[in-house]
Amino acid sequence: MSGEALLLSLRLACTVAVLLLIIALPLAYWLAFTAWRGKFLLESLVALPLVLPPTVLGFYALIALGPRGAVGRLWQTMFGHALAFTFTGLVLASMLYSLPFAVQPLVASFESLDRRLLDASAMLGAGRVRSFFRIILPLAWPGVVTAVVLSFAHTLGEFGVVLMVGGNLAGITRTVSIDIYDRVQALDYAGAHQTALFLLLISFVVLSVVYGMNRRVWAPWGHR
Amino acid sequence: MLSVHIEKEFKTTGTPSFQLKIGEELLPGFTVLFGPSGAGKSTLLDCIAGLVKPDVGEIRLGEEIFFDAEKEIVVPPQKRGIGYVFQSLALFPHLSVEENVAYGLLGLSVPERAGRMERVLGAFHIGALQGRTPGQLSGGEKQRVALARSVVTEPRVLLLDEPLTGLDGGLRQAILEDLRSWNAERRIPIVYVTHNREEVDAIGDRVIAMVDGHVRGRGMPREVLDAPRAVALAQAAGFENLLKGRVLEHRTSDGVMRVALAEGHCELEIPLGKAQKGEPIQVAIRAGDILLATQIPYGISARNILPGTVESIETQGTVVNVQVNAGARFSVHVTPGAMRSLELTPGSVVWLVVKTHSCHVVTPQ
Repeated sequence: MSGEALLLSLRLACTVAVLLLIIALPLAYWLAFTAWRGKFLLESLVALPLVLPPTVLGFYALIALGPRGAVGRLWQTMFGHALAFTFTGLVLASMLYSLPFAVQPLVASFESLDRRLLDASAMLGAGRVRSFFRIILPLAWPGVVTAVVLSFAHTLGEFGVVLMVGGNLAGITRTVSIDIYDRVQALDYAGAHQTALFLLLISFVVLSVVYGMNRRVWAPWGHR
Repeated sequence: MLSVHIEKEFKTTGTPSFQLKIGEELLPGFTVLFGPSGAGKSTLLDCIAGLVKPDVGEIRLGEEIFFDAEKEIVVPPQKRGIGYVFQSLALFPHLSVEENVAYGLLGLSVPERAGRMERVLGAFHIGALQGRTPGQLSGGEKQRVALARSVVTEPRVLLLDEPLTGLDGGLRQAILEDLRSWNAERRIPIVYVTHNREEVDAIGDRVIAMVDGHVRGRGMPREVLDAPRAVALAQAAGFENLLKGRVLEHRTSDGVMRVALAEGHCELEIPLGKAQKGEPIQVAIRAGDILLATQIPYGISARNILPGTVESIETQGTVVNVQVNAGARFSVHVTPGAMRSLELTPGSVVWLVVKTHSCHVVTPQ
């Protein structure tokens, strides 16, 4: 079993989950509360990674992040090195790939909030920011937890995008799923099995912890 | 004084559009906004609060403009200084009673904040509930907390959307007293929405009657609702029975007049009114004001006792709606328990018992 690949995967999944939450919160807020008629366009855009083959997404990400792509060039001038086949490039592509898994649970939980609670907050003098942190976020907490877990788990298991954008560089971009693929190609079934089983167990434990916790999040005020 | 002169049209596909058109001056103290559901009462409150933007017009509190369509002034709800208790109360489920009430107290000094909390928790008798969450409160307690939360910020206008629905008369009266004494020294306009006639009487202040987005009457409850000029308003006031009839005679010394109903051969004794002999009128009777008896009652003060047969029985929650044919058709509301103990079935012979003062005269439109 490759500990290096496992650690890299965990580091990638954690980074993506945290960064994605920071981006997804305002995006989901806007999608849930805007009255703009054209919002379905943005909704479709956000949902796109759900239906696209990872190779398609990975291909465009590679082009964008490459030395001749817009993002890649900007990055090169700012930091002096390329993005493709680096850990940072992997983070960016993975964020794109897992975006719907972070945004959609948040939108769903924001939309299910009783709007009158937000009206009540406004009538008591609270502006948008105060309403968001005192009312929306605590009440949408299960949605936030779900968003973080899904983006974490989804990133942990991704394969196609990583292979396209990151390649297969040990310690830099060789994640667990690619490691398993390598071993199967090399007919090292025992090694592949060890890593695969470990990934399976980690995923199950993480999901169990979160679903178990999620149930208790509701309990203090007895709804649902 | 709160001055509201607005229009707002709601277009929905399929149904005719709904138009709210209001021109009212709301004085300090209680004003009851009365009307059937769908009359636009809550929408009017939302417009005053700033949660819904009217199409045209203006809303002012004294000289201060909240909304002016021409000058394009729209003050956001959080800057209006208005207290609003929603029909659903909208207590924050994840916060304790204390945190709920203190939610609007931002930017006050610690002693000022503590003083206000102490006064309001005392005034609404909820000091003992501070540590609980809304899920652990009874209906009446929730309503007290919602009221306390909306007044602790010292609003300049208070909007109450059916805040005391579902409470029994005594508890409602007690909470109203708390509210009245709270407002005694402040004298801010309180707009109280209800579709419950009993609540109108319990408050007993000025009434504005709304039907279909428009004001159909204003004045004291007795003027507006006991003599509803429009049939629509009688329906709004909760009169399930609207019976066409004609005045037969006046019995001035008894304080009554006799009315022959158009259907069947029923006669009713109703309070003396302005209608002339022979004049067509409508008599409005609430279904809940009619008693049912399975034997002819004796020694009873009610003047109207009509024999009839049960036509149909329909249970709607805790109310059983019994249709009785007594020549004319009457709707009668009884409890499921009463229905069982009287063993009512379609075809049962019953007597309808109606007090004279349960009969109200409505002029036909």
